[in-house]
Amino acid sequence: MIGLYHFLILSGVLFSLGVLGVLLRRNALVVLMAVELMLNAANLAVVAFVRYPMFGDGGIVNAQDYAAMTNGMTLVFLVMTVAAAEVGVGLAIVINLYRQKKSVNIEEANALKG
Amino acid sequence: MDALLPSLLFYAFAGVILGSAAFTAFARDIVHAAFSLLFTFFGLACLYLYLGADFVGLSQVVIYVGGILVLLLFGVMFTGHQTQETEKRTVNFYWGLALIALLGAGMVPALLKAPWAVKSAAELPEAKSTISSIATLLMTDYLLPFEIASLLLLMALIGAVVIARGETKTDEGESPETSA
Repeated sequence: MIGLYHFLILSGVLFSLGVLGVLLRRNALVVLMAVELMLNAANLAVVAFVRYPMFGDGGIVNAQDYAAMTNGMTLVFLVMTVAAAEVGVGLAIVINLYRQKKSVNIEEANALKG
Repeated sequence: MDALLPSLLFYAFAGVILGSAAFTAFARDIVHAAFSLLFTFFGLACLYLYLGADFVGLSQVVIYVGGILVLLLFGVMFTGHQTQETEKRTVNFYWGLALIALLGAGMVPALLKAPWAVKSAAELPEAKSTISSIATLLMTDYLLPFEIASLLLLMALIGAVVIARGETKTDEGESPETSA
């Protein structure tokens, strides 16, 4: 039976793929996509925790508690808002970088390097 | 038989998500990466529905697929189709793998050993529509975060316009940061 751990491990692997994408890829747009992967992994963990409640010990969750558990879902919407804002500003930065360097390779954005 | 179908569904969605996410992270062609991100987002939406989070799943499709992914594809098309020659794959490869191994070695045991008071599937509450309770929460308990989120979106909107605006039309005196 699928439980909380399945979702947590899936979320962890997805997050790790996002970290790998950020670390390994040199294309700024792929880096943005990998950041989206990480945010989605966090969202998946939140929704899994909402579905598999942890409070109390034993006892069936009644309908009122279930309504209270949707608390966690509002957090997901905030994360989605942040993701949308992040990709909007990130894309603007990438476009500016492309305009300056004619490339979206993040290796070339080294003007601030000491 | 009752428990088999949910497990099969979970593993199918998980396979789609991980496969397409790995393709996104490693594909040479950026257009392929963007399109495989589509399958990741859809798979995650299916898993949200699987978890009984109906509104979150629908929002996932609307926001991520309809908004963020289209924005990313717009960026891909805007910056041209230059991929292969700019990729030097081996720069951070072993360091990255080592970091991920460290992350996994720390995270997975922590996840498995943490004392979550997990309920068994039999005593899970019946999944119901969450839309009305989310709406109520956003307008009552979480009104301030809701407003902060809208403020954040406004700031991101203005910031994106300011950053991405072409500098051809601005005067020198108006934008001193461009004269450097």
